[in-house]
Amino acid sequence: MGEVTFLDVSKRFSLRVEGDVHHVQALDHVNFTVKDGEIVALIGPSGCGKTTALRVAMGLDPSSGGRVTVDGREVIGCGHDRGMVFQHAELLPWLSALQNVMFGLEMKGMRGAVLRETAEKYLHLVGLKDSQNRRPHQLSGGMKQRVGIARALAIDPKVLLMDEPFGALDAQTRESLQGELLDLHRRTGKTILFVTHDLDEAVLIADRIVVMKNGRVQEIMDVPLKRPRPDLGVVRGTPEFAETRYRVWRAIHDGSTVH
Amino acid sequence: MVDIANRQQKTAADAETETAERKPLPRWVITLASIAVVLILWEIFGRRVNPVFGSYPTAIAVAFWDLAVSGQLGSALYESLRPFLLGYALAILIGVPLGLLIGGFRVAEAALGIYVTAGYAMPLVALVPLLILWLGLGFAVKVAVVFLMALFPICINTWLGVVAVPKTLIEVGKSFVAPDIVILRRIVLPATLPYIMAGIRLAVGRAVVAMVIAEFFTTISGLGAVIINSANNFDTATMFVPIIILMVMAIGLNWLIGFVERTVAPWQAEIAGRDRE
Repeated sequence: MGEVTFLDVSKRFSLRVEGDVHHVQALDHVNFTVKDGEIVALIGPSGCGKTTALRVAMGLDPSSGGRVTVDGREVIGCGHDRGMVFQHAELLPWLSALQNVMFGLEMKGMRGAVLRETAEKYLHLVGLKDSQNRRPHQLSGGMKQRVGIARALAIDPKVLLMDEPFGALDAQTRESLQGELLDLHRRTGKTILFVTHDLDEAVLIADRIVVMKNGRVQEIMDVPLKRPRPDLGVVRGTPEFAETRYRVWRAIHDGSTVH
Repeated sequence: MVDIANRQQKTAADAETETAERKPLPRWVITLASIAVVLILWEIFGRRVNPVFGSYPTAIAVAFWDLAVSGQLGSALYESLRPFLLGYALAILIGVPLGLLIGGFRVAEAALGIYVTAGYAMPLVALVPLLILWLGLGFAVKVAVVFLMALFPICINTWLGVVAVPKTLIEVGKSFVAPDIVILRRIVLPATLPYIMAGIRLAVGRAVVAMVIAEFFTTISGLGAVIINSANNFDTATMFVPIIILMVMAIGLNWLIGFVERTVAPWQAEIAGRDRE
């Protein structure tokens, strides 16, 4: 199981800009649910609160009001039931790819031979069997993010939280990683909540898209594309893709929905 | 005219082929050449000066030989190195954890930060008489002077290093529910290592100066005694021997610390792209 629910979540913080204190309402009574095994994309212009929502769900930032629950249990701080994939992978530069994956497992209390085996299994799953002893700077951007995904998946969380995981990658690497993510999802059945600013990515990967604006949920849209989606190139050519993409685009740009 | 023009053309062509084939000189060759030039210039100009007011390399080399053969140099070096190494090691053992503490915890930073910042600028020479009252004239006071001079650069650098650790790396630890002590040991400490090593390097110079100060102001002993005694006898060449030994020692220690750094933190050199030199 792995159901994430945002219940009336608000987040305010103060910013000091040139001596004046500004109050920013990063999240304003946000409500939505990510069902078990579902992929939901959070999309919206920068500053809309999508990353804040993810950080609150991870427990890295506390909410100012409302709560996030995972399978009914309220999120207080970080927990092993959620795995975070960071925007720039954020691997520990002094550890090898394998040791980076092992780090997360060790924090979960895993020790001994099973520790290494589990880490190797997940690196294998993301296709990095041969590069496991390389340190992060010896890996390409795409490989780094694969390690980041393996590190989060290895602790076997109920939910995978991804913060613009492919945003910093070049277009081709991004496309192949999008395909791999869907493949991983098909094999592991994990619930995934991911933040993106890329319209195509949201439509290609997600089952539902939550469009945010000024800290509010503007609209929640179903993506009428069947699973599995083994060939994203084919998906791009379908009328459903084009139509959904256009609807999301309209929702982001002027808030009016096109039916 | 034609001849000159031809010659110029030829040299230009030569220069071009040279640049195309030239490999960069190894660093040690440049360093050795630099030392040779400095020594030669010193020798030439040093010989023209009255030997009371200055000296020159060959005279210093002779003085070095005399000191070494008489056994005076060996015992002075031993006498100097003991308090130096102990004070310096203590400064590392205390400075690094203290810096980690101050950088890592808000309360510690607010409570102790000012003393460390102030201590760095402390005119230690002025405090030596007081230290003598506390610790006497012997070994302990020398260790204390070296320790106090070396402690602050190590501590401040470690502190700055902790503050500079990227927040996102700490969030990686938090998101995997790592306890604070594990985050400190497994994320903050390795991320701070390059700063710690820089602090330890900066402290070498200060520790050497501290050692000589201690030998001047307490029991006159060790290399400092050789400096003072030969200066009092107007034997300038002999006076330069310990000074040069100390400088060479600082270079050696610096190299050793760099070697340790590449061994314990190899990723740093790799990231900076200096690992192939």
